[in-house]
Amino acid sequence: MFLCYVLKTASHPFFLHNPFLYNFAVDYGGSSQKRETGTCHRVTRAGNSEGERGRKVTEEKSHRDKGRRGNIKERRKGIKEKYEVEDECDEDAPKRMKNRDNKKTRKNEEGEKSKRKTKIKNVKEGNDGESDDVKWGRSKKKEKAKKKKGKQELVEESSESESFSEGGELPEKKEGFTQEELEQLKEAVDEKRKLIITLKGKPWPMRKKLVTLRESQQFLEKYEGALGKGKGKRVYACKVIVMKKWMKFQRDLENFKTACIPWEMKIKDIESHFGSSVASYFIFLRWMYGINLILFGLTFGLVMMPEALMGKPYGSMPRKTVPRGEEGGAMDFAVLWDFGGYAQYSVLFYGYYNNQRAIGWLKFRMPLSYFLVGVGTVAYSYMVVIRTMARNANRDGGGDDTSFNFSWKMFTSWDYLIGNPETADNKFASITTNFKESIVEEQESQKDDNIHLTRFLRVLANFLVLCCLAGSGYLIYFVVRRSQKFALDGLENHSWWERNEVNMVMSLLGMFCPMMFDVISSLENYHPRIALQWQLGRIFALFLGNLYTFIIALMDEINRKRSEEDAVKLNMTAWEAGLYNGTSVGNASGPVPVHPADVPRGPCWETMVGQEFVRLIISDTMTTYITLLIGDFLRALFVRFFNYCWCWDLEYGFPSYSEFDVSGNVLGLIFNQGMIWMGAFYAPCLPALNVLRLHVSMYLQCWAVMCCNVPQERVFKASGSNNFYMAMLLVILFLSTLPAIYTIVTIPPSFDCGPFSGKNRMFDVIQETLETDFPAWFGKVFSYASNPGLVLPFILVMILAIYYLQSTSKTYKVANLDLKKKLQTQNEENKKKNKKAALKAAAELEEAKNAATCRQETECGESGQDRDITTSRQDRDITTSRQDRDAPSQQLSRGKASVNPLFPGLYTEMHLTGKQIRIPHIKRRAQQFLVVVKQMHILCAFALL
Amino acid sequence: MGNKQTIFTDEQLDAYQDCTFFTRKEILRLHGRYHELAPHLVPMDYTNDPDVKVPLALIVNMPELKENPFRNRIVESFSEDGEGNLSFNEFVDMFSVLSETAPRELKAIYAFKIYDFNTDNFICMEDLEKTLNRLTKEELTPEEVKLVCEKSIEEADLDGDSKLSFADFENMISRAPDFLRYLLLTLPSANDYNVVFSFGVFRNHNFILHSFLLEKQKKISHEIASDSAL
Repeated sequence: MFLCYVLKTASHPFFLHNPFLYNFAVDYGGSSQKRETGTCHRVTRAGNSEGERGRKVTEEKSHRDKGRRGNIKERRKGIKEKYEVEDECDEDAPKRMKNRDNKKTRKNEEGEKSKRKTKIKNVKEGNDGESDDVKWGRSKKKEKAKKKKGKQELVEESSESESFSEGGELPEKKEGFTQEELEQLKEAVDEKRKLIITLKGKPWPMRKKLVTLRESQQFLEKYEGALGKGKGKRVYACKVIVMKKWMKFQRDLENFKTACIPWEMKIKDIESHFGSSVASYFIFLRWMYGINLILFGLTFGLVMMPEALMGKPYGSMPRKTVPRGEEGGAMDFAVLWDFGGYAQYSVLFYGYYNNQRAIGWLKFRMPLSYFLVGVGTVAYSYMVVIRTMARNANRDGGGDDTSFNFSWKMFTSWDYLIGNPETADNKFASITTNFKESIVEEQESQKDDNIHLTRFLRVLANFLVLCCLAGSGYLIYFVVRRSQKFALDGLENHSWWERNEVNMVMSLLGMFCPMMFDVISSLENYHPRIALQWQLGRIFALFLGNLYTFIIALMDEINRKRSEEDAVKLNMTAWEAGLYNGTSVGNASGPVPVHPADVPRGPCWETMVGQEFVRLIISDTMTTYITLLIGDFLRALFVRFFNYCWCWDLEYGFPSYSEFDVSGNVLGLIFNQGMIWMGAFYAPCLPALNVLRLHVSMYLQCWAVMCCNVPQERVFKASGSNNFYMAMLLVILFLSTLPAIYTIVTIPPSFDCGPFSGKNRMFDVIQETLETDFPAWFGKVFSYASNPGLVLPFILVMILAIYYLQSTSKTYKVANLDLKKKLQTQNEENKKKNKKAALKAAAELEEAKNAATCRQETECGESGQDRDITTSRQDRDITTSRQDRDAPSQQLSRGKASVNPLFPGLYTEMHLTGKQIRIPHIKRRAQQFLVVVKQMHILCAFALL
Repeated sequence: MGNKQTIFTDEQLDAYQDCTFFTRKEILRLHGRYHELAPHLVPMDYTNDPDVKVPLALIVNMPELKENPFRNRIVESFSEDGEGNLSFNEFVDMFSVLSETAPRELKAIYAFKIYDFNTDNFICMEDLEKTLNRLTKEELTPEEVKLVCEKSIEEADLDGDSKLSFADFENMISRAPDFLRYLLLTLPSANDYNVVFSFGVFRNHNFILHSFLLEKQKKISHEIASDSAL
């Protein structure tokens, strides 16, 4: 029985006319009648001649007529059921129906109804199928006419539905194939293709999407090949096949790429437990890991590997051998841990590299490669950071006004990522306080009762923080000075603490000062978000101060080593003279083979700098891990298990569990990276070490967070694009490349170690390469180009360009603000206008309603045709209920140009026209502005380099 | 591809990938999650599109939605029958819209549906009050609620009918700064972390956290019980 109904509904003209709906209706009946579906489908879709279709329909009719042999009551029942079935269909039906105007739906309904009546009459009179067919054809024409009418009535037909109707009508025209039709077909095919691509973003239910997808794929399959004639056809077919393969390949690639993103699951897991701010740290960590991986690839592939494989082996030269005096303890763990002994005389450090111009059978230019990798590391880092910043700025451009304060809070404050009851509770609390705060702000604009006290406290807090900073700076300077004294005495005479004092003090300061700042900042009584920024700024200043004190101390050390080097040079000549004298006495022919370990050598300040940085990184890593284990894990264990036998509640009382400190961890990461950038030139192993460290800390911190931290009490919403971190990273990058570049440019390299030994300055390697490896004219051109007469104008032009871009960006900004203001005033005006219009419309509606009810009452009283009225009322009921159901989707699919269902006739579009014109302007302006900013960034980077 | 999975045919997977923002793997994983919800209802073989629906009560208890104050609304607005029973298609649809890669415009459309509690196609005062009460767990006084709702309507309502149409809503959302918009309707994509914990600190890293939370919940429920007893 059900099958029969399905066929009925399916062969209904409305459905038949629209292949999409037809297919849908048949599908709805179940898959048991696939064959029939196929045939019907082909008949309608391919658009065979009218007669054939008629025959098909007659067959179906006769089949149906069998079922109709019964009394009229049963038939009526059947019709009722049919109604229901149709209703169901419609309810689930794709929005094709919904997109239509209400009036149109009603008309269709009426048309269907009248047709049904005629059918019933036909059966009653015992007419055969043919007249039925005639009727059918007529009603179909009517249907078409109505459709056209409906189209005219539509305010805005969405493009999707248009494509459907095209898809439905085109096949009928296919036989002719004039040029025009071909064009149309092509358009339709393109339309379908576009539809498939954009299908994801459509707000339709999945079932509709799937059906549409199948439909359009079949359509494409059928008509893609039909386009073009003769040779063109084949080419077109080939193109289509290639396109398909390409799409498939792209999809596979996409799948592969997403599978390749590391730690996605871990981060998602954390995100769902702790909210987005904690997760943003881990995303940042992963990004950093990626950058370090590339830096590691550069240094490892172009510097360390070639030297290890093709350079002279260990022990062949003095710089590649452990000196005789250190040989005894060169393999001790303590020495290796300090990166002395064999570790010092290896590819890990600057001093090991030879100044031979080309090494191995590849004639690899080692010193040049070393220099270029050093420059490339910095350049690449700048590029990545700036590019990411520009992209982020692009993403969150604009939107800085606070005109929607409350509504934004209302609709966007819930963090949908939260999946943990504790975090959710905290979030509820924070939202509540947030609302209360803004209510208070709204009610009284400014609270000024104890403003003097808060001011005093803030000044006091800042004073205390400054004291802390100065103290820590002095402490580090003092310790570094003392360690130099120890170094002069010889490290062996001192205890472990005295040897590692500098690193330990720096790590301890980095650990305890932030806590102190936290305590101090509670004096200030800031809003948590502002407080967090202050906290970040202070820690940043602390770390920076520490780092620069360290660098200054290091500079002193470098100068000391260089004076030492001069002394060694003098000694060296004396030693060589002695050696020469000795040989001339003993054996007159040739130089005596002196073991390279015995040759006296300079102190090699470059290796010393590299060692210092490596030690710093190691100790920093260790303190991080150890604080993690003690401060988080052991504390959690203690709190958890001693809570059973303790006098107060440990979990809620004093120690409690620790929170994850996002700001501190981010800053740690950034400074760590700064040290890498600073030291990577003198210790090529640093990126490798950092990759290792980041890898381990990813796992360790993920575990620690999930295991022993509790969600933050103040749950912040972090942005996905963390430009704040990026800005800090850029500052650090600049500050850390500054000293590195200073040492490279101003200090002459050591005479007996490293790839640049024997040269006056390190960058001389470029000039040397130009002279020997390039043709003469190139060197000439280069020397002309580097002539101050050319360089100065170039710099001038660059400065002018920057100035120009900056001023244009400023004007854009001003224009942007202007437009925004205009927009706001416009909005307000529109509001007023619309209010008036709405009131007017409401009054009119009221009148119309009153009139209608009056009329209806009179009609009811007059006429005796109860049945008709009840049926029509039912009809109206159905339509109105459908209207109600369709309303939201209708509203949504049309977007801005929506019909106001309460006041039919008043279009809400009206008030939006002004904005629709202006918004693109603003967007374009903003985009231009961003492009300008991006260009400026790049230019600045070039200027810096 | 040579995979041994027989849950879906390749065509089905391709179709799903065309219609959602998911990759092949994620769709299979989603099916796993769906199956987990009601193992006796949902078959493992989906090659012939079985007509199965999972009731609202089961879906709402998924860890992704459990803590969400709008969970019922989310599920309801994605179900075709309006009562929250989701077939697999609707289930996939829901997670596709809630995934990170879905465009904001699409999210805004569904967000409007979700906040429109009485499905009258407008966000009116009543809807706003409900939203606010769910967001704050009804800790604001009625006067405060009224003030906030009136304020937000005043801000966002452009046509002066003292309720928000979709155009108003879209306009308001599109002007929001990025970091606010980012979180509008974004769930952690279908990942299967399990909240089951075993006995032993080292076997399951979530042990401490979860047992702590469990005890806290117990305590709270105990307090509530004692309060009600008094």
